Amino acid sequence: MDLKEKLVSSFLAFENNVDVDNPVHDIRTAAIKNFEAKGFPSKKEEAWKYTSLNSLQKIDFSIFPKMESNLEFKDVKKYFLNEIDTYKIVFVDGVYSSFLSETTHEGVDVCLMSSALNKPTYKAVIDVYFNKIACKDDSLTSLNTAFSKEGAYIYIPKNKIPKKPIEIIHFATGSEAAALLQPRNLIIAEENAELQIIERHQSLTTNEVLTNAVTEIYAAKNAIVDYYKIQNDAHSSSLIDNTYIDQKDASHVKVHTFSFGGKLTRNNLNFYQNGERIESTMKGVTIIEGKQLVDHHTLVHHIEPNCESHQDYKGIYDENATGVFNGKIIVEKLAQKTNAFQQNNNILVSDKASINTKPQLEIFADDVKCSHGCTIGQLDKDALFYLQSRGIPKKEARALLMYAFANNVLESVRIPELKTRINKIIANKLGVNLGFDL
Amino acid sequence: MLKINNLHARVEDKEILKGINLTVNAGEVHAIMGPNGSGKSTLASVIAGKEDFEVTEGEVILDEENLEDVSPEDRAHKGVFLSFQYPVEIPGVSVTNFMKTAINESRKAKGLEDMPAKDMLKLIREKSELLEIDRKFLSRSLNEGFSGGEKKRNEIFQMAMLEPKLAILDETDSGLDIDALRVVANGVNKLKTKDNAVIVITHYQRLLEYIVPDFIHVLHDGKIVKSGTKELALELEEKGYDWLKNEAVVK
Repeated sequence: MDLKEKLVSSFLAFENNVDVDNPVHDIRTAAIKNFEAKGFPSKKEEAWKYTSLNSLQKIDFSIFPKMESNLEFKDVKKYFLNEIDTYKIVFVDGVYSSFLSETTHEGVDVCLMSSALNKPTYKAVIDVYFNKIACKDDSLTSLNTAFSKEGAYIYIPKNKIPKKPIEIIHFATGSEAAALLQPRNLIIAEENAELQIIERHQSLTTNEVLTNAVTEIYAAKNAIVDYYKIQNDAHSSSLIDNTYIDQKDASHVKVHTFSFGGKLTRNNLNFYQNGERIESTMKGVTIIEGKQLVDHHTLVHHIEPNCESHQDYKGIYDENATGVFNGKIIVEKLAQKTNAFQQNNNILVSDKASINTKPQLEIFADDVKCSHGCTIGQLDKDALFYLQSRGIPKKEARALLMYAFANNVLESVRIPELKTRINKIIANKLGVNLGFDL
Repeated sequence: MLKINNLHARVEDKEILKGINLTVNAGEVHAIMGPNGSGKSTLASVIAGKEDFEVTEGEVILDEENLEDVSPEDRAHKGVFLSFQYPVEIPGVSVTNFMKTAINESRKAKGLEDMPAKDMLKLIREKSELLEIDRKFLSRSLNEGFSGGEKKRNEIFQMAMLEPKLAILDETDSGLDIDALRVVANGVNKLKTKDNAVIVITHYQRLLEYIVPDFIHVLHDGKIVKSGTKELALELEEKGYDWLKNEAVVK
C-alpha cells in the first residue's frame, strides 16, 4: 500500500478518536477528500519541479503517534533557548508534553490546539480563524487539515504583549522506525498585540521522520509578529512547512528561516496583505551539504495599496546539496504604491552543488516599486587570500566569509540570545571555533 | 632574511615575473617602484603565497627555508605580512574580533595557548594609539564602509598587532591624504627594528619621503632593471620611468 492509500484509509481510524460532531470535523472531511483527489504533488507540477517526494512516499510511516515517551529535560535542554525565560509548547512524537512545556492563560493564551478545537471557550475564535487563510486547494495542507488535532494555539488579545518569547518545539524520539508528524498551529495577534515565536523540529535519533506542518498566523491592525524557524534537524528528518499569514492594516510580520539540517526541507511561506500600510518581511539563511535539499517557495500577495514586502534569502551549498528558491510576488491592480523587494544570493562551494532560483512577479498595478535580484557565485578567492595572509587557516577563513555573506540576515534577529545561538549552530556546522562568538 | 632567486611566475598563460633576484636583510627597508603593470603587486602576492600565481622557475627563501608549498597562513605564521592595496570587507566581524582570531591562530600554529583577554586588550589599546585609531573604529565590521584612508590605516594596525618579520606594503600610499600618509608612515617607522624588514611597493616617490628606504629597485616588465639607494627615487621622480624602459630595451 502506498503512503497516500495508507493515509486515506487511516482517516476512518482517526475518526474513532475525535469528535465527529464538532464542526471542525466537516473541515477535516472536506480536506481528506481534496487530498484523496490530488494526492502528493509530483515533479510534473511547476511548484515541485526540483523537489521530489517520491522516495519519502516509499517509506512506511506510522501515522498515529504512540503515547508520550519519557524524555528527561536534561536530555533535550540544549534545544531550548535557556539563556532567556520563554513560554514553551513542547510536543514529543506529536503528543503534548506538559512536563516540558510552560503554557499560560494569563491575559494571553499560549496553549494547545487540541484544547482550542474541543473546548467551548475557544469555539468563537476557531469558527473565525481555523483553516481560513490556509489554502484549501493545496494537497499537503489538506492532508494536515484532515488529521489536524494537535499543535500550538496562541491568542494574543488587543493591546497585549506576552511577557516573554514563545518556543514551539517538536521532538521525535524514534519510538517508531518511521514517523509522520502533522502539527497544526494557529496564532492570532489582535489589534496592537505583539509576539515573538521560535519554532524548532528536532529528531533525537536517526530514524526517519516526516513532518508536514501547517501554521496559520493572523496579524490584526498594528500587530507585530516576529517568527523564527530553526531548521537544524537530523539528516534523517524531512520537513514540509506550510505557513499562511493574513495581515491587516499597518501590521508587521517578519519570518526568519534558518535552514541548516534535515534531509529534505520545503518551506511554503505565504503572505496575504489584506489591508494598507502593511509590512511583510521574509529572511532566510540556508547552509547545507551532503545530499541535503532546502526549497523555499515564498508568496506575497499585495492586495491593497501602500504596502511593503522585503525578501532576503542567502544560501550556501556544499558537496551535493541542492537549493531551490522560488519567490512569487503578486501585485493586484488596486495595490498602488506597493514596494516589493526580493533578493536571493547564493554561494556554491562545490562543483556538484546546485541552486535553482526563480523570481516570479505578476504586477497588475502601474504605480509600484518592485525589484528582484539573484546571484550565484563562489567564495571570493581574493577575500580568502586576504584572511589566510593574516594567519587564518583556510577552513576558518572560509567560515568567516560564509558568515559575512549571511550576516545581514543574522543582524536582523531581534532576540540577542537567539542570534548568538544561531551563530553557534553555524560555527558548529562549519566545524570552526573562531575564538569569539560570531 | 628574504632571498628571491630567478623568480618566474605566471597567472594562467601570462608570464608576469620573468626572473626576479632580490635579497632583503634584517633591519633593511627596500622600495620597489615601477610603472603600472610591471609586476609589483604580483611579486608581493607571490611572496605572501597567493595560489592564483604559479611559480614556474626560481625560489623564494625565508630564513633559509624554501617557501614553495607553504600555505599563505603558514607564511603568515612564519612572519610574512602583506598590507593589501584593496583590503576585503568582512561584514559582521569586528576589527577586534578579527585580530583576536588572527593572533590566536598564529599562536595555535606555534603551539601556544590563546592570548589572555587582558593582554589582548592591552595590545589593541597600545597599537591603536600608535596609529591614532579611535576605539569606536575597532568595533566596526572589518573594512566595511571604511574610507580608503581608514582601510590603509587598519592594514598597518594589523601589521602592528601581528608584528611580522617581513612586512610588504603594497601601494599603501594610494588613496591617502597627506595627514593619513604621515600617520601610516609614522606607524611603520615606529615598528621598524633591527630584526625585521620592510618592502614598500609604490608607484610614487611621495611615500619614500616618510619611509626612507635603504635600497630602491625599479621593476619593469617582470624584471628588476635598476637598483640603487634612495637617490634613485628622486631621479625617477624627475625623469619618469621611460628612460629606464629604454635602457632595459638597449640591454
